[in-house]
Amino acid sequence: MAPKRRSPKKLRLVKSPRTARTATKAAPRKPAAAEGKKRRPALRTYDAATARRVGAEQKAWEQGEVAKSLARAPARRTEFVSDSGIPLPTVVTPADRAREDAGSLGLPGQFPYTRGVQPTMYRGRLWTMRMFAGFGSPADTNQRFKYLMAHGVTGLSTAFDMPALMGYDADHSMSRGEVGKEGVAISSLRDFEILFDGIPLDQVTTSMTINASAIVALCMYIAVAEKQGVPMEKLGGTIQNDMLKEYIAQKEWIVPPRPAVRIVVDMIDFCSRKMPRWHPVSISGYHIREAGATAVQELAFTLADGIGYVEECVKRGMAVDDFAARLSFFWDVHNDFFEEIAKFRAARRIWARVMRDRFGARDPRSWQLRTHAQTAGVSLTAQQPYNNVVRTALQGLAAVLGGTQSLHTNSLDETYALPTEESVTLALRTQQLIAHESGVDRVVDPLGGSYYVEYLTDEMERRALEYIRRIDEMGGIIRAVEEGFPQKEIGESAYRYQREVEQGERLIVGVNAFQSDREEPIQILKIDDSVAEDQEALLKKVKVERNAKAVSAALAKVEAACRGTDNLMPPVLEAVKAYATLGEISDVFRKVWGQYREGGIF
Amino acid sequence: MTDRKLRILVAKPGLDGHDRGAKIIARALRDAGMEVIYTGLHQTPEMIVNAAVQEDVDAIGLSIMSGAHMTLFPAVLDLLKEQKAADIEVFGGGIIPDDDIPRLKQLGVSEIFTPGSSTQDIVQWIRQHIQPRA
Repeated sequence: MAPKRRSPKKLRLVKSPRTARTATKAAPRKPAAAEGKKRRPALRTYDAATARRVGAEQKAWEQGEVAKSLARAPARRTEFVSDSGIPLPTVVTPADRAREDAGSLGLPGQFPYTRGVQPTMYRGRLWTMRMFAGFGSPADTNQRFKYLMAHGVTGLSTAFDMPALMGYDADHSMSRGEVGKEGVAISSLRDFEILFDGIPLDQVTTSMTINASAIVALCMYIAVAEKQGVPMEKLGGTIQNDMLKEYIAQKEWIVPPRPAVRIVVDMIDFCSRKMPRWHPVSISGYHIREAGATAVQELAFTLADGIGYVEECVKRGMAVDDFAARLSFFWDVHNDFFEEIAKFRAARRIWARVMRDRFGARDPRSWQLRTHAQTAGVSLTAQQPYNNVVRTALQGLAAVLGGTQSLHTNSLDETYALPTEESVTLALRTQQLIAHESGVDRVVDPLGGSYYVEYLTDEMERRALEYIRRIDEMGGIIRAVEEGFPQKEIGESAYRYQREVEQGERLIVGVNAFQSDREEPIQILKIDDSVAEDQEALLKKVKVERNAKAVSAALAKVEAACRGTDNLMPPVLEAVKAYATLGEISDVFRKVWGQYREGGIF
Repeated sequence: MTDRKLRILVAKPGLDGHDRGAKIIARALRDAGMEVIYTGLHQTPEMIVNAAVQEDVDAIGLSIMSGAHMTLFPAVLDLLKEQKAADIEVFGGGIIPDDDIPRLKQLGVSEIFTPGSSTQDIVQWIRQHIQPRA
C-alpha cells in the first residue's frame, strides 16, 4: 500500500503501522523533518560557495593528479565498495557533503542522537565491559563470573547451554551431548542459585542471552534476588528476549512466532511496571549479521524488529513512553571499520526519528537507542588464531568510536571452543587498553564531521530505510518473517560472501591469503560429559525435594494464563519458585502453542 | 564415472541452530550437480537416519557447531548400522577440535571439514570418495 502523506498540522499517537518517510529517490537530500512540527530549516554544515569551489578543485584534481597516478599504475581494484556494497569514492570532500544538514547530526545527547545518546559519553562513564561467559555447571560459571569481576569486567553476561536455550532440561533426550557445552546448564531455580551464589544482585547488572525460554530465566533471576533480599525493582540488567531475530537468524525457539512475541510483550509490559531498571529486550542485530547479513541488512532488519515490538506493545494498549526507554539494542561489530561506526550512528538517528515521529513518543528517553555490541564471532579464524586478537581489537575500537554503551570482545580461541581463562583475559584487556591507553575515550564522537563517516552514515540510513519501507509494505516484520523475507536475504548475502572468499575477491588473512604451515597449537576448553551426569543428578534431587502438588498447581496456572490474556510473568515466577523446571514450563508452552519446526529450505 | 547424480543429505543434528554453513554447503553441492536434501534444524539422529534411508542417499553430511559432535556422530553411525545402511558414508564439519577428529574417524566418520574449508574442497572430496550406493 502506498504511503499516505500526513497533514503537517496534526500530530497524533500512531495506532497502526505507517510507512516511515524515506529519502530514497535522489542523491543526498535533506532528511525529512519531524511530522507535525514546523519544518526546521536545514543548517548547512558547509557554505554553498565554498562547497562549489572545492568541487571545482576536486574535478581538476581527478583529471589531474588522480589521472596521472592511475596512468602510472592502475588502482588495486576497478571499484571500491564497503562490505555491504556502498560505493566508495577515492576521497570524500565538502563538495560531496554540500547538502549536509548539521541538524541531522545534532550534539551528543540531543535528538537525533547521531553523535551519541549521552552528552558526555565516555568522559562521564566508560562503556560497560560486559564479557559473555557461561559453560559447564552453574558452579563453573559462578567461578568464571567471579574471575572476570576480579579482572575488571563492569557487568555480567550469561551464556546458557543449548538445552536451556531451547527449553529442555538436562535429562531430556534432546539434551544428549549438549549439556553445559555452549553455555551454563540450567534446569531449575536451584541451578540459578548456584550460578549467582555470592554475587550481590543489587550491585551488579547482569545480561542474560536467552530468548525462547527467557521468561523462565528472568523469573529465576528475580527469585534468586528475592532470596538475597533484593526486590525486583532494584534489579538492573538485560534479558535478550528478542524472538523475532530467532526466526530470522539465531533459530532458537519453542513455540511459533506469534505466541513467542506475545510472551515478549508480556515481559516488556511487566518490566515497564515493576522493573524500571531492567531492559526486558535486547533487539539484536548480532545474530542477523552472523548468519550472513550485510551491515545494511543488519541495521534494517533489527530496527524493523524494534518497530515490530513497539507496534505490538502499542496494540496491547501500552503507552509508548511507558516502555520505550527500556528497550535496548545489540549490534555486531564486523571488519569494515568505518562502515560499522557509521552503522551505530545511523541506527541512533533512524530510531530517534521512528520513535518521535512514527510513534509519537514524547519522552526523550524513548528516542534514545542504547546498545550493547559484540565483536564479530564469524570473522574469527581457526587458522593462525592469534590473528583473532588483532581482529577483535580493531572491531572493539570501531564499537567504541561508534558510541556503544556496553561491549563484549571475543577470545582468540572461539573458533574452537568456549574461551579459556587466559584467552578471555586477553579479550577483556583489549577493551581496557582501548579505554585507558588509546585516548579515543576523551572526545565524544571523535569521527563526527568526517566527510567519509558522515557520507557512510547517510548511505546506511538511506539503504536501511528502504528495506524498512519494503517490510512495511509487506505488512510489517512479523509478516515478513513468516514469509521468509529476511531469512532469504540473509541466505543470499551469506552465499555471496562465501563465493567472494572462494574466488579470492575477499581475502581472509591466514585462510585464503598468507597461509602458514606452522602449527600454532593452543589450549582449548573442554567440557566433560560428567557435567551432564551431575546436572541430571541435581535435577533428580530437586524433583524429590520439591512439593509436587505446588508444582502441578503452578504449572496449571501458567497454562491458564497462556490460554488467556493474563500476563505470564506472575504465574511463571510462582512456578519457578516452586522449583518447576525450565523444561516443564516450556512443555506447557509447547502444549498450548505447539513446538515450532522450520522446514529444510536452502 | 557414474550415470546418476550423487544424493547427499545435509543434516543439522541436535539443538544447534547455526545453519549458515549447512545451507551454503547444500547450495554448493546442488550447484555442483548433486541431489541435495537438507533436513532443516533440530534433527534427532533417528530422524536423520530415517530420512537418509528413505531418501536413499549416498552420504550424510552433519553440521555441528554446538560441541555435541562426540555424541551425535556416533549416534548416527550406530543407527545406520542398526538399519543395515552402514554403506551410507558420514562426513561433516563445524566446530570440531582437531583432537577429536582421529577418534571420529576411528568410529567411522569419513571426513571432517574444519572452519575455513572451501565448498570446492568439499565438492572435490565428495566426488573422489563417495560412490553411488548399489
